Amino acid sequence: MTADVQIQAVSQRFGASTVLDNVSLEIAAGEFVVLLGPSGCGKTTLLNLIGGFAEPTAGAVRIGGRDMAGLAPQHRPTTTVFQDYALFPHMTLRDNVAFGLRMRGVAKAKRGEKADAMLALVGLEGRGDRRPHELSGGQRQRVALARALAVEPDVLLLDEPLGALDLKLRRQMQDELKSIQRRIGTTFVHVTHDQEEAMAIADRIVVMNAGRIEDHGPPREVYLHPKTLFTASFMGEVNRIPIAGGQAPFGPVALPDGTLCLRPEAITESGPLRIGPCRVLEAAFFGAHVRAHVAPVSAPDLKLVVHLPQSAMPAPGQVLDLGAETWGVLST
Amino acid sequence: MRVLSWLYLALAYVFVFLPVAVLVAFSFQDGRLPVPPFKGVSFRWYEKVLGDGDLMAALGHSFLVAVVSSLIALVLGFLAAHALARVALPGSALMRGVLIAPMTVSYLIVALGLLNLFNLTGVRLSLWTAGIGHVVINLPLCFAILYAAMGDHQKNAERAARDLGAAEWQVLALVSAPMLAMPLAAAFFLSVTFSWDEFIIAFLLTRFDVTLPVEIWSMLKSGLSPATNAVGSLVFLVSVTLVILLEILVFRRAK
Repeated sequence: MTADVQIQAVSQRFGASTVLDNVSLEIAAGEFVVLLGPSGCGKTTLLNLIGGFAEPTAGAVRIGGRDMAGLAPQHRPTTTVFQDYALFPHMTLRDNVAFGLRMRGVAKAKRGEKADAMLALVGLEGRGDRRPHELSGGQRQRVALARALAVEPDVLLLDEPLGALDLKLRRQMQDELKSIQRRIGTTFVHVTHDQEEAMAIADRIVVMNAGRIEDHGPPREVYLHPKTLFTASFMGEVNRIPIAGGQAPFGPVALPDGTLCLRPEAITESGPLRIGPCRVLEAAFFGAHVRAHVAPVSAPDLKLVVHLPQSAMPAPGQVLDLGAETWGVLST
Repeated sequence: MRVLSWLYLALAYVFVFLPVAVLVAFSFQDGRLPVPPFKGVSFRWYEKVLGDGDLMAALGHSFLVAVVSSLIALVLGFLAAHALARVALPGSALMRGVLIAPMTVSYLIVALGLLNLFNLTGVRLSLWTAGIGHVVINLPLCFAILYAAMGDHQKNAERAARDLGAAEWQVLALVSAPMLAMPLAAAFFLSVTFSWDEFIIAFLLTRFDVTLPVEIWSMLKSGLSPATNAVGSLVFLVSVTLVILLEILVFRRAK
């Protein structure tokens, strides 16, 4: 009930515009991969190519080693969870979940049993006789998930499934998605533009931009050691400091030329990469941390965003001696 | 002011319903002519009408033509609306226009055209040819209602059904049509009502077996009688029942 996915040199063009440009990606069986990028980066198009809702202009999609060219969605070992749930409003939840099994000719009693088990898996035990309109958004999304998983696909495709939910519910559903995926071992390919969601659930994040894959790796890797400036700034807030000839605006540094990328939370008083004394311009309490704008005394034009511990609330004008705990230099 | 507006409303209703009210009232006339003065209440004309074999046969024909032609118009209209709503074809705007166009053509012209066609091709006139005429007038109606009712919501559900392994006929039968149950019922009932009342096409395209409006017309040729009022009242009763059914089954539930 799981398979690997190979995207081999896939391009997708609509008329003159190139939506995907020579994209290659290997997804291991049982992996939870998140395609992350801004809208229009081609992530949904890539998902549609895997699911069979579109055919690539060039290149091949293989699932479990089998070439998927020319296979319609119903003949692929994939199912999709759609952003707007796309439940069948005229059917009970049980009939919704059992729909795929019905199409595969499974007997009514047997598919009802399986549907009830799937509803239990997503935390909707005993609600099989309800109809979709009686449910909240989060519950509907669970039914959509149960429906897609009921046919035991090798690969489950999720098209921004949590996009319509409020923040708290989204966090909760992320945890559940992750734990369900662990339990059943199916390959999950999940599309989102929310980098926090990506980090919360992914085994591996694939960052996409303008039809190309910018970067991919485990969340920690992509966040702390991004390969491109786009990834660095898309994954979270980042201070970019130009370095030329071993010289940063605030003084000499033992680093190669390029752009020094510092995350706001990586800047502390004890960090080994010294920035030196910095004047606080303004500071605000953000709950988990204090967010401050500072400027090095030696380079007053360089404004840095810093996340300081909750306990230290500096006054504007105060001077702090700061350094970076982790950093990366990207060539520009 | 308030009184005036109520008065206006009352006048409007009187204007619309007075002829029908007179028709129904004089169907109970205890005399030979459906004209004033009203001589008393009698059910004898209804007795006569209900015992008239030709009239009852015509009533059956009307019912048959209405149901069968409406079902055909509904299925054709549904398939056309689905195709044009889902697939972007070159010239689909033109196709939509052509499908709706018969709505703007007078029934007389439709009937004359079909009559010529049937004569040319040697098709004999029957209830079938009248039914074909009714499909021609009701297909644009069904198409327009169903095309307007198809939204993206259904489109995504259809996509999901395909993804879960449904063949195209299963998508139509198990997802698209049930999701459009209300508009389908509305289109069907309206078509039945139109076909049930239709005269010109039925008159020109039938020969030996005729529909009720045609039968009534031949009764009228021999002069006014409360019997024609009684038939007219019965026809009106059926139309009203259909409209009320439509209201209760379709529009109430849709709210």
